Amino acid sequence: MRHIISILMENESGALSRVAGLFSARGYNIESLTVAPTEDPTLSRLTLVTRGSDQVIEQITKQLNKLVDVVKLLDLTEHRHIEREMMLIKLKVQDADQRAEVMRMAEIFRGHIIDVSAATYVVELTGDSDKLDAFVESMSHFEVIEVVRSGVMGIARGDVALKL
Amino acid sequence: MELTGAEIFVRCLQEENVDTLFGYPGGSVLHIYDALYRQDKVEHILVRHEQAAVHAAEGYAKSTNRPGVVLVTSGPGATNAVTGIADAYMDSVPLVVFSGQVPTSLIGNDAFQEVDTVGITRPCVKHNFLVKDVKDLATTIKKAFYVATTGRPGPVVVDIPKDITADKCEFQYPRSIKMRSYNPTVKGHPGQIRRAVDLILSARQPVIYSGGGVILSNASRSLTELTRLLNYPITNTLMGLGAYPSSDKQFIGMLGMHGTYEANMAMHHADVLIAIGARFDDRVTGNIEKFCPNARIVHVDVDPASISKNVKVDVPIVGQVDSVLKAMIKEIKAGERRPDPEPLENWWKQIDEWRSMDCLKYDRDSELIKPQYVLETLHRLTQGDAFVTSDVGQHQMWTAQFYGFDKPNRWINSGGLGTMGFGLPAAIGTQLAHRDETVVCVTGEASIQMCIQELSTALQYHLPIKVVALNNRYMGMVRQWQEFFYQGRYAMSYMDALPDFVQLAEAYGHVGMRIESPGDVEGALKEALDMKDRLVFMDFITDQSENVYPMIPAGAGQNEMILL
Ligand SMILES: Cc1cc2nc3c(=O)[nH]c(=O)nc-3n(C[C@H](O)[C@H](O)[C@H](O)COP(=O)(O)OP(=O)(O)OC[C@H]3O[C@@H](n4cnc5c(N)ncnc54)[C@H](O)[C@@H]3O)c2cc1C
Ligand SMILES: Cc1ncc(C[n+]2csc(CCOP(=O)(O)OP(=O)(O)O)c2C)c(N)n1
Ligand SMILES: [Mg+2]
Repeated sequence: MRHIISILMENESGALSRVAGLFSARGYNIESLTVAPTEDPTLSRLTLVTRGSDQVIEQITKQLNKLVDVVKLLDLTEHRHIEREMMLIKLKVQDADQRAEVMRMAEIFRGHIIDVSAATYVVELTGDSDKLDAFVESMSHFEVIEVVRSGVMGIARGDVALKL
Repeated sequence: MELTGAEIFVRCLQEENVDTLFGYPGGSVLHIYDALYRQDKVEHILVRHEQAAVHAAEGYAKSTNRPGVVLVTSGPGATNAVTGIADAYMDSVPLVVFSGQVPTSLIGNDAFQEVDTVGITRPCVKHNFLVKDVKDLATTIKKAFYVATTGRPGPVVVDIPKDITADKCEFQYPRSIKMRSYNPTVKGHPGQIRRAVDLILSARQPVIYSGGGVILSNASRSLTELTRLLNYPITNTLMGLGAYPSSDKQFIGMLGMHGTYEANMAMHHADVLIAIGARFDDRVTGNIEKFCPNARIVHVDVDPASISKNVKVDVPIVGQVDSVLKAMIKEIKAGERRPDPEPLENWWKQIDEWRSMDCLKYDRDSELIKPQYVLETLHRLTQGDAFVTSDVGQHQMWTAQFYGFDKPNRWINSGGLGTMGFGLPAAIGTQLAHRDETVVCVTGEASIQMCIQELSTALQYHLPIKVVALNNRYMGMVRQWQEFFYQGRYAMSYMDALPDFVQLAEAYGHVGMRIESPGDVEGALKEALDMKDRLVFMDFITDQSENVYPMIPAGAGQNEMILL
C-alpha cells in the first residue's frame, strides 16, 4: 500500500539525513520526499511517500517516531486528506498547432503556461500524482525536454491536523 | 564567571557525577585534556586504543547501570571508536561519547584529522550532536546524558569542535531538561496490563522469556517476585542472564541457538509467552515461521519499535519493565484468581522430562581440558559471584551455559554485534567500577588478540583482572560451523603462529600461567584468584574439537536442535 507520512521535526541541520538514513539503513523504500520550514521556524515539515505492507508501515512509523528529532507524525493515508504535487514541464513546441494543443491541454488540466520561448513552453501544474502522470502521458507525442516534480505534500481534511 | 568550553565540559561531567572517563588524547581535544589535568574529581583512564575506551565504558555501564563516558580525538580517534559505539547501540548500553572535531571554521575543508563524525556514527547511535556554539555546550551535554540513559538506553555522541573548547561563556548547568521531540514512555497502559494479566493467568503451558531489558530497567527483583508468584518456568536470553537466579528450580536455562533443550522445547510448546525486555532476536527465534506456533504473546518493552517487529504479539505493553511488572504483581495480588494448578503441574512434568535429557552434558573423563569444566570450576570457586566479561565465540556460549549467574549486571558480553575484542577492555571498565570484586575475562586465543594491547592499561591502573583464555587454537565458533555445514573445510579458522601468552602477559608486567591438563585446572584457578592484586593471564590449552551443544542450525525451528 502507498502511504503518505507527514512529519514535524526539529529544524536542525542533520535532521533530514536522519530520516533519509533510516530509510536506506532499514531497506524501506522512499518514493518522494519534500521538506520545508513551517510557520514556526524551529520546526520543519517533511512529507514522504512510501510503500509497504501494514507491518512494514507500522515499523516505519515507529522507527520515525523513535528518531530524537522527530516531534510528531501523521500517516495521512489513515485519514481523509488532500494530496498535492507540483510539476514544471518543459515541452518543445514547433508550430502554431502544437502551441495551441499544449495550451488546450494545460487548460483542461488547470495548468498554466509560465514560460515561453521560440521553441519551448513551460507548463506548471498541481494536483495529485495521478493527475500529473496523466498529463505527462497525454504529452507523449511531444518532445518533453524536462520534468520537475516537487514530490507529494498533503494535509488532512477537517479537524485532523498535524500540529503541536 | 566566564569559563572556557573545556572547563565547562569538565564541570558538566562533575555535575553528572561522572567519576571515570575513558579516553585517548589528540590535537582537537587538547584544551579539554588541559582542563582535566587541572581538576581531580573525574578520573581519566588512558586506554591503548579508542575501541577499547568504548568497550571499557560499556563494561562500566553494564556492571553499574550508570552511563559510561568516553573522550576521543577527531578523525582516527572517532573512527576507532565506531566499533564500540555500534556495539553499545546493539546492546542498548547507555554511553556518552565525546569526540573532538576540527575548528568550526575548518569543518568541510578536509582539514587535518577531520571526519564527519556525526555522519559516520548516525546509524549506530541513539542520537548525536555537533556543538556549534559554546553557549549550547552545557545544555547539549545535559541532553546527551538524558537521552542516553532514559527510555531504551543507548550511545549518544557529542562532537565538539576545538574552537568551542576555547571560547568562553557563563556556565550554568540546566537542572532538568525537557525535549518536545523525546518523551519515552515509563508506565504501561493500565488496560493493557489488565488484559495481559488475564491472559497470563489463563495459561496452561506458559513460559516467561526475559531479556536484557530487565537488567537495564533494574527489574530483577520484580521479575523474580512475579515468576515465583506464578510458579511459571522462566528462560533468559543471553543478555538477560542473571536477571533471574539461574540456580533456582524455575529457571530452565538460556534459550535460542545455544540455549537448553528444555527452554527451546518449552518455547515451542508454550500456549502463552510472556516476553519481558527481550527483542525476539533471530538467534532466539530461529526460523520465524516455526516460532512458538501455539502461543499467544504478551510483550513488555520500552521501545515501541521492538514490539511486533519480528513476531506479531497479542498484548503489547510499552513501558519500563520494572514499573510494568510491579503493576502486574499488584493486579494479580489484588485479585482472587491464580493459575490453574493442574495443567501447570503437568507442564512442569513435561519440562522436567525435557530437562532429564541433560543437554549440557560433556565428557568429564577426557584427558584433555574441557572448556565447560574450566567454567564450572570457576563458578564453584567464585561461588557464582564474580563479574564475568567475555569475548565472542564458543567460549562465550560456554560461559553463558556454565557460569550460572544468580545476580544481574554480572554477565558482561557483546550480544547484538558480537564484537571480538570486547572482553578485556570491558573487564577493565568493570573492575574500575568494582575495585574490590573479582572480575574475570573469559576469552579465546583469537578474540583476545583484538584488544590485547589493553593489558598495558590494566597494568597502569593496577586492575587485578583474571583472564581465562580457553585456547583451542581455533576460531572455534567458525570451525564449528565449518564442521557442521561445510563438511569440515576449515578455511582460515586455524590460529597459526600464536604468541606465547605466558611470556606475553609477563612482558606486559602481569602473571602468566599455562594449564595443560584437567588435573591442574582447579589449582591454577585457585592460585590465580588468590592473587588479589595482580592480573593473571591463564592460558588453558583446551580440547580443540569441542563443540557448543545444543545448537539450533540457522533456519531451523526451536524444536529442531542438534544435541550431543
Ligand atoms: C556467538 C553468539 C551467539 C548467540 N547465541 C544466542 C543464543 O543462543 N541465545 C540468545 O538469547 N542470544 C544469543 N546471542 C545474542 C543475540 O545476538 C542477541 O544479542 C540477544 O538474543 C538479544 O537479547 P535480548 O532479546 O534480551 O535483547 P537486548 O539486546 O538485551 O535488548 C533489550 C530489549 O529490552 C528493551 N528494553 C531496554 N531497556 C528497557 C527498559 N528499561 N524497560 C523495558 N524494556 C527495555 C529494549 O527496547 C530491547 O527490546 C548470541 C550472540 C552471539 C555473539
Ligand atoms: C570483530 C569480529 N570479527 C569476526 C567475528 C566472527 N567470529 C565470531 S566467533 C569467531 C572466532 C572466535 O575465536 P576465539 O576467540 O578463539 O573463540 P572460540 O570460538 O575459539 O572460543 C569469529 C572470527 C566477530 N564476531 N567479530
Ligand atoms: Mg579459539
